[in-house]
Amino acid sequence: MIEVKNLHKGFGDVKVLKGITTSFEPGKTSLIIGQSGSGKTVFLKSLIGLHTPEEGTISFDGRINTKFTIEEKRQWRQEIGMVFQGSALFDSQTVEENVMFPLKMFKKQSDEEMLERVNFVLKRVNLENSNAKFPAELSGGMQKRVAIARAIVMNPKYLFCDEPNSGLDPNTAILIDDLIQEITDEYKITTVINTHDMNSVMQIGEKIVFLKDGIKAWEGSNQEIFKTDNEAVVNFVYSSELFKKVRLAYLNETK
Amino acid sequence: MQRNKINYLSHIGKYFIMLGQVFKRPQRGRVFKEALFREIDELGIKSLGIIMFISFFIGGVIALQTALNIENPFIPRYLIGFATKRSVILEFAPTFCSIILAGKVGSYITSSIGTMRVTEQIDALEVMGINSLNHLVLPKVLATVFFYPFVIVLAMFLGILGGWVAGVTSGIFSYIDYLQGVQLDFDPFLVTYAIIKTLVFAFLIATVPSYHGYYVKGGSIAVGKASTQSVVWTIILIVIANYFLTQMLLT
Repeated sequence: MIEVKNLHKGFGDVKVLKGITTSFEPGKTSLIIGQSGSGKTVFLKSLIGLHTPEEGTISFDGRINTKFTIEEKRQWRQEIGMVFQGSALFDSQTVEENVMFPLKMFKKQSDEEMLERVNFVLKRVNLENSNAKFPAELSGGMQKRVAIARAIVMNPKYLFCDEPNSGLDPNTAILIDDLIQEITDEYKITTVINTHDMNSVMQIGEKIVFLKDGIKAWEGSNQEIFKTDNEAVVNFVYSSELFKKVRLAYLNETK
Repeated sequence: MQRNKINYLSHIGKYFIMLGQVFKRPQRGRVFKEALFREIDELGIKSLGIIMFISFFIGGVIALQTALNIENPFIPRYLIGFATKRSVILEFAPTFCSIILAGKVGSYITSSIGTMRVTEQIDALEVMGINSLNHLVLPKVLATVFFYPFVIVLAMFLGILGGWVAGVTSGIFSYIDYLQGVQLDFDPFLVTYAIIKTLVFAFLIATVPSYHGYYVKGGSIAVGKASTQSVVWTIILIVIANYFLTQMLLT
């Protein structure tokens, strides 16, 4: 479980996160939503240790990440998988080399064992027969799947995804959502996703945290988000006519 | 003015902090070795062609220019070979070849690391728990520092050979005089001096562009600007280092 307590983070005079408290449970997919500039990316980057909090704590199964020794921090890093918005695959490496990279760096395994593991995770993300391709030769959806494969190759306890659906067509976006959900259930990973995609909110948001101007304005599940009367959430999530109609239909149905 | 001074000091401080992270023990020897050989190929072997080409022709031009400017019959003709040898060993090979390499290799280093920064590849390394500066920059530093002395020695040989070929093909001066001049008063320390300079320049060629690439902020335009800036700063630092090294080693 990841527990965030009173998290503050700023850059110079600009305060981006203003005291966020929340938690993310294992085996569940949690989504962070909010308008651009609401602090989602800074929040996610604070969770994965790329930003150091000014105040507050983030603990991973009871271990506070700012109090790690060097060895503990190295161990914790290996428990984290991250899927970046633009996939962040290494351009100069093939798909196989990209996925194998964390294993080469941290596991004392033979080449055969590493290759076996790489092929296993590539099969898991439905990307067989692409081992020798370079990232530039792949579509956006395939790149995302390679990024997911690289993120899970070390069997992480915590999986973080920054806008995993951005730039993808609706069908591919749903495939990526399903894949993340399946992997979360299968390996009981604590998954935290930053997203703007309302389809993802409806489909896989077992827990949703809504950020507004650096504070947590609302949290709940994808069922609760239909019923909420929080004006900020309603205005953000149901900004399109289609979602307004979906919400009305849901509310009428459940009356 | 005051702000500029603080800005420069902040860059110098950041550069040395970067070096502190670069010079750490690599996390995995095997991965480091692979990266080192890749960098030797990318930064060294792939630069050989341009250096060989330029050295050969510049050596020829130095010899021809010297010959064409000696009109006084009392000046011995072997001076052409002597002057070409000294010019090539002392300045052309170590300094001008390093400036050429700063342009070619420096822009490559900044744009490749800068692109990794703006596409979050460096963040990906950090999240995995990898010291990204050590992983990306140390192989480049070692590749240039170990390989460039060989490149420069080759440039010396080809520059002097180019002068000889110029004499033979143009008939402006006798190649026998030229060879006599080349062999005259050979001081091995001058080659040592050139190699010491090359080591310092190679270090600058690897680290200054890496600094510009690693700390780039923005998108593709920022990467382009950083590449240009890195080449300019590397050349400036090479010229300054050249002055002080010459003063320290030859006076």
